[in-house]
Amino acid sequence: MKLARYTTILVAALLSALALSPAVAVAADWLQFRGSFGNGVAHDSQVPTEWDDERHIAWKAPLPGKGPASPIVVGENIVVTSSSGPQQEMLHVLCLDALTGEKRWERRFWATGRTLCHPTSANAAPTPASDGELIFAFFSSNDLVCLDLEGNLKWFRGLAYDYPKAGNDIGMASSPLVIGDTVVVQVENQGNSFAEGLDRETGLTKWHLDREPVSNWSSPMALRGASPEEDLVVLQSPDGVSTHDADTGEEFWKFDGECSSVPSLVCEQGVLYVPSQGMMALRPASEGGETDILWQASVAPGNASPLIFQDSLFVLNRGGVLTSSNAASGDVQWRLRLGGTFWASPVVAGSHLYFVNQEGKVFIVSTGGSEGEIVSEYELGETVLASPAVGDDALYIRSNGHLWKIAEPSAES
Amino acid sequence: MRGIFCCGVLAIVACATISTAAESQSVDSLLADIQAVGPLGEGHQTAISAWGKLAEMPGLTVPQVLAGMDGAGPLAQNWIRALAATVAEQAMDREGELPADELEAFVRNTEHAPRGRRLAFEYLTRQEPEKRDELLAGMLDDPSLELRRDAVQALVDHAEKLAEQDAQEEEVRKVYEKAFAAARDLDQIEQLAGKIKELGGEVDLPAHFGFVTDWMVIGPFDNTDREGFSKAYPPETEFNPDQEYAGKDGAVKWSPYESTDEHGLVNLNEHLVDEKQVVAYARAEWEIPDATEAEFRWGTVNATKVWLNGEPVAEHDVYHSGSNIDQYRSIVKLRPGKNVILVKVCQNEQTEPWTNRWEVQLRVCDELGTPVGQAP
Repeated sequence: MKLARYTTILVAALLSALALSPAVAVAADWLQFRGSFGNGVAHDSQVPTEWDDERHIAWKAPLPGKGPASPIVVGENIVVTSSSGPQQEMLHVLCLDALTGEKRWERRFWATGRTLCHPTSANAAPTPASDGELIFAFFSSNDLVCLDLEGNLKWFRGLAYDYPKAGNDIGMASSPLVIGDTVVVQVENQGNSFAEGLDRETGLTKWHLDREPVSNWSSPMALRGASPEEDLVVLQSPDGVSTHDADTGEEFWKFDGECSSVPSLVCEQGVLYVPSQGMMALRPASEGGETDILWQASVAPGNASPLIFQDSLFVLNRGGVLTSSNAASGDVQWRLRLGGTFWASPVVAGSHLYFVNQEGKVFIVSTGGSEGEIVSEYELGETVLASPAVGDDALYIRSNGHLWKIAEPSAES
Repeated sequence: MRGIFCCGVLAIVACATISTAAESQSVDSLLADIQAVGPLGEGHQTAISAWGKLAEMPGLTVPQVLAGMDGAGPLAQNWIRALAATVAEQAMDREGELPADELEAFVRNTEHAPRGRRLAFEYLTRQEPEKRDELLAGMLDDPSLELRRDAVQALVDHAEKLAEQDAQEEEVRKVYEKAFAAARDLDQIEQLAGKIKELGGEVDLPAHFGFVTDWMVIGPFDNTDREGFSKAYPPETEFNPDQEYAGKDGAVKWSPYESTDEHGLVNLNEHLVDEKQVVAYARAEWEIPDATEAEFRWGTVNATKVWLNGEPVAEHDVYHSGSNIDQYRSIVKLRPGKNVILVKVCQNEQTEPWTNRWEVQLRVCDELGTPVGQAP
């Protein structure tokens, strides 16, 4: 029964991939880490490729604390988290007006779990997630806050209350995933290590999986089915990748193999592109079958997650070198040195790739030709660890101090 | 037709009755529903309902909400904090201000929960900034760590102004020393210690923190394949300073170790051996006149087990995953007179340069970070 259903879902995932492909989807929202589709791609958004301070910085809003967490875009709202205080114990959830950058509301909470982290990181490391109606803000201290779009609390869970040894003191960073009525968090560390699915309405635990007690910062992803009910949760850990039922957490498939603990895999048309011994493309096994490893290549991502766009795989290594490979074969197509250390994962807006290194230098790369080309560069002048967000023809980038909106001037201005 | 009309009237009456009943639920009982939230989502359904009712309750004031933090646990306090924010926004929209007198009375009443008072202070001083210095002047020893921090910062600001006005160094230093004595947050303590030293003063950081600095240390014992963490070597069951035991590399014996580090660090690589896959024990005696509840706070990149008077306190089987002062905290009950603290510190097999550290620091303090007890 389980396998039969899984086979159906896999087939559905393949069939539905085209329908859900961001290449044809209209998605002004950017609802979670790496966007609503978890792939970092907003093909329909038109974002400036040459930035001018006067024309293209639509606004720059101050933030109350630090955070590698990316902003998310929910309609006219930009939601971002920060943390502050001597021990990073103050948790902030802010909602800004996408048009003006003005703060619509802010809610603060006290961390209930471990708040220690590396000085370059912050408690506000996981990117919040939304289903378009509710916001789920997660923190390194394993505090999970659910708010509506007006800032009204729905519920608050302190997962370290349930599992006091959850967390590490470098800082946790795995972002939550909203899938159907379930909010999935992956809390893998040397102490209490687990993944959990929580009910979006009540915050009650729907399922709990004990995980290997090993540090892991990668985020859960969704393998989309033909309908939302058939979406699967994909968990990447240092010892492999597995798929799970979103409602029950039941494991459907597992690939045993060494995987990276920082960059997260990307799902595209039923294929998982996994940071494993370099990069590996594999198709989860169907009923009775074996996992189909499509290819394996030595191109290893650094901290930034890989990205698939127009049949190419883009991987940024630790040295700041971007490699474009054929997504079907893994063959390298071209390499391009960007330079610097990157924590932010790249995004695609329109037909360009956007990268931001730790020093706040933005690289805009053309994907159109047979070779990669840096179209333009821009200095934000502040440390950036967060991946950009794309929404409604605008790019949003946050540093520890500010959030920028980059867009073409509106007709009114 | 008449029947339908009667049913309609009954339905309206029923709805009104239900509505009245809902409204008649007191603020206190609804706050109690929120206070009841616990681990694993316990009480969520009821608390969600109560939160919604309170958020829509006309005339509810911020101090009324903040009073709900009294006796509430950290989870419930967060629910109530969010409610206070919503109620404050509604009050500002409706009346343009918050009840300043009530907020001030709330801040001044130390019977209220420290976090609730700090929030009341925040709302009040946002509306009436001139109240800030007046209130903070008396809060250097406030039970709210956050208000205490604000009061220390106010003194720092005052000292800096004095320095700008070319006041005598001694006068400035005395202000810093007063602030230092009250400071409990690591960053403020470090900052103030630096200022005092710059102005020719002295500080005793280990004493200020309450670090244990006088230890007896023994090791190395074997921790190959991390198996030593769960293996009970003789120091866990007996203390004989003259006895030799079989260690990993030969016979081992207790030896005194006095930490001269400002943060009480016990450097085991330096004192014992720079080796991987090893276990050491550090033992200290700690005195206090009366039975007291206190906190053990320790920091280490190594796996540790801690005992007090032979009873296990806590264990963390975690290696090289970050470290800081107060990384681990456990509440303990010290008995009158002599207490014995035992710490087991395990080093693993990792070979990266940043995994070489084999060390621990431990302090004994109250919940605010004020030292409790002393070495004999």
